[in-house]
Amino acid sequence: MKNKKKAFLNQALLSGPYLLWMALFILIPLFIILYYGLTNRDGAFTLENILEITNPIYMKSLLLSLKLSLYSTVICLLLAYPLAMILRSLRLKNQSLIVMIFILPMWINFLLRTIAWLTILENNGILNSLLRLLGFEGLHIINTPAAIVVGMVYDFLPFMILPIYNSLAKIDNNLIAASRDLGANSLQTFRRIMLPLSLPGIISGITMVFIPSLTTFAISQILGGGKQNLIGNFIEQQFLLHYDWNAGSGLSLVLMVFILISMAFVAKFDKSREGTNLW
Amino acid sequence: MKRKLLFVMLLTALCALFGGCQDKKEKLYVYNWGEYIDPEVIEAFEEEYDIKVVYSTFDSNEEMYAKLKSGTASYDVICPSDYMINRMAEEGLLQELNKENIPNLENIGAEYLTSSQQFDPGNKYSVPYCWGTVGILYNKTKVKGEITSWSALFDEQYKGQILMIDSVRDAYMTALCYLGYSQNTTNKDEIQEATKLLQSQAPLVQAYVVDQVRDKMVGNEAVLGVIYSGEAIYTQRSNADLVYVVPEEGSNVWIDSWVVPKDAQNVSAAEKWIDYMCRPEVALKNFDFITYSTPNTAAQALIEDEDVKNSPIAFPDNATLARCETFQFLGEDNERFYLDEWAKVK
Repeated sequence: MKNKKKAFLNQALLSGPYLLWMALFILIPLFIILYYGLTNRDGAFTLENILEITNPIYMKSLLLSLKLSLYSTVICLLLAYPLAMILRSLRLKNQSLIVMIFILPMWINFLLRTIAWLTILENNGILNSLLRLLGFEGLHIINTPAAIVVGMVYDFLPFMILPIYNSLAKIDNNLIAASRDLGANSLQTFRRIMLPLSLPGIISGITMVFIPSLTTFAISQILGGGKQNLIGNFIEQQFLLHYDWNAGSGLSLVLMVFILISMAFVAKFDKSREGTNLW
Repeated sequence: MKRKLLFVMLLTALCALFGGCQDKKEKLYVYNWGEYIDPEVIEAFEEEYDIKVVYSTFDSNEEMYAKLKSGTASYDVICPSDYMINRMAEEGLLQELNKENIPNLENIGAEYLTSSQQFDPGNKYSVPYCWGTVGILYNKTKVKGEITSWSALFDEQYKGQILMIDSVRDAYMTALCYLGYSQNTTNKDEIQEATKLLQSQAPLVQAYVVDQVRDKMVGNEAVLGVIYSGEAIYTQRSNADLVYVVPEEGSNVWIDSWVVPKDAQNVSAAEKWIDYMCRPEVALKNFDFITYSTPNTAAQALIEDEDVKNSPIAFPDNATLARCETFQFLGEDNERFYLDEWAKVK
């Protein structure tokens, strides 16, 4: 009995800092956003802030945000899955090194990485200078939605690779051997064994690319040249330019609906709850 | 036993971490524009007065105002622009300066103090730090003849080659001046006409930028861009093909000045800071570094390079200045109207 109590105390003590952190920096801010989003300047209840989204300008930018984050998620998935497969098939010794190579860019500040893409993609940037040197026409990418997708893919790709790699690495080699032994070819083995077993990783990768892409404002500001306003940019402007915390919170709540939808999507698929998430 | 020891060690480490940050040195919280001071000046100030400077920066007056107004941060000395000083003073966010503690104020040219009266009647709240004009920077090798008018910003032939300024009042200023209206207009028809013009300009614009205009013009990314005069001098140092012009229709002249907010914790250090910035050799050091014009006439006299001393960009002649106006705070409703119109442009 005494031991049980002690264990409980220990547990509380150990999880305490995290719970405190969550309450202070996640829960309370969320409630503050909820409060501002549902009240007007005088503090009276209103749905006006949420209905802001029906403004055609915001609607258009929300659709653009959804479209671009969808593109970047699909591209990340197409890049990350084969790569994770390759990583899995390598011998353990090299594995950690290669995983590190993919994580390495994350050690550089995210804004710096995005600004680096600016110098690469500009009209007279590195990419176009190289193309012209080789006798090709220069590409016009900067300040278009394509530039934003490039930035998103680059910045969020590791978040797709890691969970997929984690879930693939966990698959027992015997399962694959058994599948082959029972007469399945590589494609069938992939479809019936690898894919279903790595699904939790895929799903968590999708949300971890989709959500930051949907809410970003820095990438679109830097690589979109202020011409491609995503919903994140408008929310930022509501806070920093209009000083309208209520409207900004209202728009954030609308965005949160999409985040909740994608989290529900995860919960539905990730039934195993094996913790393939990064956090 | 071992575990207990570990726990105690962790606890002490944590205490040391938080406790170690407390240092008793006097502190001064400075809030200034990004890249708007020579870092050595801060160090020299810290050394001379034995005050620790906690320095933060902002990108726009609006951002600075939002942060100050939210009450989440407190600063001792801030450097906003004219119309924002106007607004903050009207809203009672500033405190009057005790000029006796700022003897170096005498180095500031009388004409700048006179101009300051437009937004700070009686020079009660502010001491000028930098000033300049807004104009067009263009690459002379890519333009036939000379650009002298804002019309270049709305000219089809520069499609995709225009860098427009991403700051609501400055952007409207270019359109309003071109249309022949005042940049401080509150007439909604005039503002909406400017909106239409800016909307028609949007397909021609390569990017809406503020700070990036500098690098993009130096790197020949665009043919022309709207820029602050101080930035123009900086770009010319790296790319000699760039020409700066204050358009003939007139433009904006601005002054950024030091102010002390009402809730400042360390007013005496703030006054020392302002006084220090007004020293001729300090103002000169800053001018060399940031290339924004100094209102410090004593510092102007110290400039050794004759070209810079007589630079029409840094120190425009009276005829140019006569065409220019400063921004005024137009009241919350009108400022909001500008913002809502601007949202329709981009």
